[in-house]
Amino acid sequence: MAVITEIMANPVARGLVGVLVVVAFISLNVLFLTWMERKVVARVQVRYGPNRAGPFGLLQPVADTVKLLTKEDIIPKAADRLLFTLAPAVAFTVAVLPAITIPLTKGLIVTDLNVGILYVIAVSSLATIPVIMAAWGSNNKYSLLGGMRAVAQSLSYEIPLVLSVVGVIALTGSLSMVRIVEAQKDTWFILLQPLGFAVFYLAAIAEMGRIPFDMPESESELVAGFHTEYTGMKFALLLFAEYIHMVVATALIVVLFLGGWNLPFITLPPILQAAVFMVKMYIVIFILMWTRGTLPRIKINVMTAIGWKFLIPLALANIFITGILLAW
Amino acid sequence: MPVETSCGIEGCIRAVKTDNPDEMVLNLGPQHPSTHGVARLVIRLKGERAEQIEPVIGYLHRGYEKMAENRTYIQFIPLTDRLDYLSAITNNMVYCMAVEEVMGLEVPERAEYIRVIMLELQRLASHLVFFSSFGADLGAWTVLMYGFRERERIIDLLEMVTGARLTYNYIRFGGVRDDLPEGFIEKCSRTMEILPDYFKSYEEYAYENEVFMDRCRGVGVVSAEDAINLGLTGPNLRASGVPYDIRKIDPYSIYDRLKFKVCTDKAGDTLARFKMRIDEMYESVKIVQQCLDEIPEGEIRAKVPKVLKPPAGEAYSRVESPRGELGMYLISDGKSQSPYRLRIRSPAFCNLSGFPATAEGEYIPDVIANFASIDIVLGDVDR
Repeated sequence: MAVITEIMANPVARGLVGVLVVVAFISLNVLFLTWMERKVVARVQVRYGPNRAGPFGLLQPVADTVKLLTKEDIIPKAADRLLFTLAPAVAFTVAVLPAITIPLTKGLIVTDLNVGILYVIAVSSLATIPVIMAAWGSNNKYSLLGGMRAVAQSLSYEIPLVLSVVGVIALTGSLSMVRIVEAQKDTWFILLQPLGFAVFYLAAIAEMGRIPFDMPESESELVAGFHTEYTGMKFALLLFAEYIHMVVATALIVVLFLGGWNLPFITLPPILQAAVFMVKMYIVIFILMWTRGTLPRIKINVMTAIGWKFLIPLALANIFITGILLAW
Repeated sequence: MPVETSCGIEGCIRAVKTDNPDEMVLNLGPQHPSTHGVARLVIRLKGERAEQIEPVIGYLHRGYEKMAENRTYIQFIPLTDRLDYLSAITNNMVYCMAVEEVMGLEVPERAEYIRVIMLELQRLASHLVFFSSFGADLGAWTVLMYGFRERERIIDLLEMVTGARLTYNYIRFGGVRDDLPEGFIEKCSRTMEILPDYFKSYEEYAYENEVFMDRCRGVGVVSAEDAINLGLTGPNLRASGVPYDIRKIDPYSIYDRLKFKVCTDKAGDTLARFKMRIDEMYESVKIVQQCLDEIPEGEIRAKVPKVLKPPAGEAYSRVESPRGELGMYLISDGKSQSPYRLRIRSPAFCNLSGFPATAEGEYIPDVIANFASIDIVLGDVDR
């Protein structure tokens, strides 16, 4: 035990262990999510979903991974080899980065940065770059269109996303993720910031690029958007990155608005707190999947219009109202 | 930088070309998730806006008109199944009607009823595929599953009578191949009672869904005059407010005795075209119910010689297929056992040729929605 404490005192070692734990934890979650997504959507669509590999088809993600690993790795002749190969790796890395400041409980966090939320937002907006790399590197028109859409979407929804968080920060008086959660010990911010939550939720779906905002991929229009040309493990990594975005974004929703590990009026032991956090996160994820099973995709021009004309004014109004109420 | 598509048919690519660096030529299909088989659209894009659209056809051309000249009359019936593979019975029907007209055959009463039941069941099945694939093209995959679930009920009924699920090869000169099996009428009327409830749930899903309505409303508007000039037919024409339905205008079989209304809409947009199909499904259910109530006993086929050698003559027959006016023009020289010439007038071809004019200037998502709403079947376009 003493050895472990000694090792963990070294910042480099702590960082390395943290990265390993975070990547392993997120990867496990993502594998489970791919199964869950297929199962939930199948149920909405009166199907069974995967049910052959393992109990309830739970080993399906493993089978999928093996399949993708054994696929031929194709790089198109006309592609920009460097960008094309680099994009999946960058996508994966950038997607994992925000996870290090997300607290499952007070102690279960890699590092509680005092600019936590700012860091998360800054890093998560990097996610556009690998998309553009993949889109441009593929040298494919569908990919290019998908990449363009991803940028347009990112631009239109990054701003309301940031603005909607301002209310939460004002209420907490801190940018630290742990402090934000602790401030919600009794009242979750979803009650104090309903408008902020609505804007954040919508903008987060758009940032994740999920139906009804899955413009960058939009299967029936752009074939597969920016990852049209990808096969095998590169494709798997891009897909992985998307699910990681989902994990991170839903975790953020839980931290910012749903009280993190807190349950109202009860103090739980840390291990149960982590469980509470996960349950909340999976409820949000379930709602996302349910939405995907229900809605068609909206149009690209309507999507940007919603971002600029509707969400940004709402987010600003939210800041204004919060400011007035706080000054009261 | 001039952008060119490197593969494809020369003539078409020459038509869609650009030297403008702001534009690019996008080749949509024949391998594309939303082209319903092998449709190919070459699109000149400016940003996300389609400036020019050129459909390229022929990927499913099998030369059926020529093949008809080398087959005996009866041998061509199974081939008609494969024209518009989503409404095989309709194709059987129009071909048999043409031959019957040349030969002057009288069809027994019961056979006519069975034919109409099968035709309308086929229309239901076809419109359900439209509903499904339309949803899928908008990105609502759940709709696809729901539509096919109900289609399965219809296919079961058709399978009960014909033994096949897609290519039925059922209608014969002067009648039909087999009589209705035992228990069909009960099973069919039960299904017809349930179906309208499902259609209501479709309507609820579509019309109360803001995202869905936004994708369809005001997209690809065609005025009544334009629709006529472009040669649109079937539900696409009626969506623009022209009450043109062969079943009413030139009644064949026993349609003049049945009560049903021709659905029209004034809007002429993608939503109206979607609505036409849903409304027509209600009418089809009514028609089937009437036929089931009134179907008489009797022969199912007229007396037709084993070796068919129709007298010299020509005939044009037309029916209202799920996609519009389907016609066949048949010439018999009176000497041989095969048609001298058979010309097929396919509704999907007419609808597709009118499509670019309605879709140019739209964004890609609108082009896709619009393209899905005209409901083409490539087997019917290319023949």
